[in-house]
Amino acid sequence: MSILVNKDSRVIFQGFTGQHATFHAEEAIRMGTQVVGGVTPGKGGQVHIERPVFDTVRDAVVQAGADVSVVFVPPPFSADAVMEAIEAGIKVIVVITDGVPVQDMVRVKRYLIGHDAIIVGPNTAGVITPEECKVGIMPAHIYPKGRVGIVSRSGTLNYEAVEQMSELGLGVSTSVSIGGDPVNGCDFLTLLEKFADDDETEAVLMIGEIGGAQEVEAAAWARDHLNKPLIGFIAGATAPPGRRMGHAGAIISGEGDTAQAKMQRLAELGAHVVQNAAEIGKTVHHSLK
Amino acid sequence: MNIHEYQTKELFRSYKIPVPEGRMAHSANQALSVAEQLGGDGWVVKAQIHAGGRGKAGGVQLATSLEEVQEYAENLIGRRLVTRQTGEAGRLVNRVLVEQVHQIDTEYYLGLVIDRGSQRITLIASAAGGMEIEEVARATPEKVIREVVDPAVGLQDFQCRKVAAGIGLSGKDIVEAARIMKSLYRCFRDKDALMVEINPLVMTTAGEFLALDAKMSFDGNALFRHSEITDLRDFDEEDPKEVEASGHDLNYIALDGSVGCIVNGAGLAMATMDAISLYGGKPANFLDVGGGASPEKIANAFRIVLEDPNVKVVMLNIYAGINRCDWIAEGIVKAMAELSVEVPVVVRLAGTNLEAGREILANSGLDYINADRLSDAAEKSVQAINQGVAA
Repeated sequence: MSILVNKDSRVIFQGFTGQHATFHAEEAIRMGTQVVGGVTPGKGGQVHIERPVFDTVRDAVVQAGADVSVVFVPPPFSADAVMEAIEAGIKVIVVITDGVPVQDMVRVKRYLIGHDAIIVGPNTAGVITPEECKVGIMPAHIYPKGRVGIVSRSGTLNYEAVEQMSELGLGVSTSVSIGGDPVNGCDFLTLLEKFADDDETEAVLMIGEIGGAQEVEAAAWARDHLNKPLIGFIAGATAPPGRRMGHAGAIISGEGDTAQAKMQRLAELGAHVVQNAAEIGKTVHHSLK
Repeated sequence: MNIHEYQTKELFRSYKIPVPEGRMAHSANQALSVAEQLGGDGWVVKAQIHAGGRGKAGGVQLATSLEEVQEYAENLIGRRLVTRQTGEAGRLVNRVLVEQVHQIDTEYYLGLVIDRGSQRITLIASAAGGMEIEEVARATPEKVIREVVDPAVGLQDFQCRKVAAGIGLSGKDIVEAARIMKSLYRCFRDKDALMVEINPLVMTTAGEFLALDAKMSFDGNALFRHSEITDLRDFDEEDPKEVEASGHDLNYIALDGSVGCIVNGAGLAMATMDAISLYGGKPANFLDVGGGASPEKIANAFRIVLEDPNVKVVMLNIYAGINRCDWIAEGIVKAMAELSVEVPVVVRLAGTNLEAGREILANSGLDYINADRLSDAAEKSVQAINQGVAA
């Protein structure tokens, strides 16, 4: 098993015919992902990288059985694209686009209520279930199949963790980057709940950042409900308060927002806390003993 | 993106949010003529910088004569104002806001933020105006009222009246305060703000509400649809190197250490800085080159990092996913050929096209320190500085 996506996922790309979407769709196909087509309004009926192009997400759902979408649509139109996917019944919507206005995401999340869909991102590297399905921009070859679930804000720090883990013989069940924005589709807690139910995931690695309380809330839930080890790291111990560190959400605006405060709370809640990013792999390995 | 108080107040006027009569001035003479036009017998002269804490730092002066207006403006303009938010270097004051003085009866706090907990716009109000709201929330949380806005319908009148009553207002004041709250919400929503704060919102002895101070910041991601807000950007308020870096699509933040960092991805960049400090070093900057970095971009990153005289070593940590190690390596070669790099350079590459990248570096004949892992890179960077000091 795995979470969110697997070999049976039927994936479409929104903004399909654009340069980046094309490149990453080809990469996903190479890994074995079932890419069943894509959506570019106005280009319906065409064929792109040997797959059908649809005018609407609904067409892709009805005609190609799509249930997962990867959104590469530029920021001014991203919210509309995500709502279109929600309305059409797509179950997992991964928003790669960086630079989506925050208030657009506030509205998208309101629209999501009452619909059975999960949004990952925006500003995310995406989701990968190794050897089965890649809906994102991460290098698939570094992700060995295995039994550790990963949820992170950052993409590249996720790669770093995977490399350290694979040197110790540890692989990944599913890895999800939730993105660095302050208002994002799904939070750490939602994904921990999914990992808790996944038999093939034996431990969960949570890689957070300064700012917000999502990691602490997730760890508090995990203490009572996650029957497997939770390993936690928070990036940004050296970040100065009040400065936005690249990610819009990575900003220390109060005492509880600092890396130190969050790591301390995680430790109190029973997580295996990693103090040094160079020791993520080691800590995961240790937690499984 | 932040704007000045006088700009926020002009925006408020267009939303019928009451603000004191006043205008911005670039010079003492202009300040004098503004005060003359305003009339009356009391004025306030306020330094216009983006940082808070101006009052305690002497950036807000009360004048009781036209001569004093001129004198205070003269003192403030051209001076570096040091507040608790500016750092030691302070911020250069280029303009002042001159306003009529009003007699204050009561002070309130009113603000809107995008609340990360509810993931929605949230109205915040307090009867403890004039103080820092974070401080009020910490010491007396019961004095801070929050009202979450449903984005489907927007802020409703009843919510505003509830909040108004909650901060102790009654009678017709509730109606007027609710009108102000709703206008403030519209302004926040229309302009894609991230934060707006009126602190204090005062009730004058004449029984009128006035936004005495005003602060507003906007979502950089939404500026594409707000050229009117982009026009208000004041580059003098920003670090020139950060502005230059953003021109090259690099995310740079200057810090005060000696290890210059070039990393891809914000999370990895922060984790790299943290690792450096765990090995006893101090990062000189945060720098995220982002995805798809070209050799030119890497070369620009090098140049910006090396402009900082405190940098004693440069450390590159690139985990290429969407990036390519060969391009990164070409960028390093280009930068080191074009710039006179007099400090050690530690390079850690991983991910896409790693072998090609390593080959380019090995064949370049460049003098650099290779690192295979993050821990390695952090440790070697700190060692390089210590050896430099010893030599």
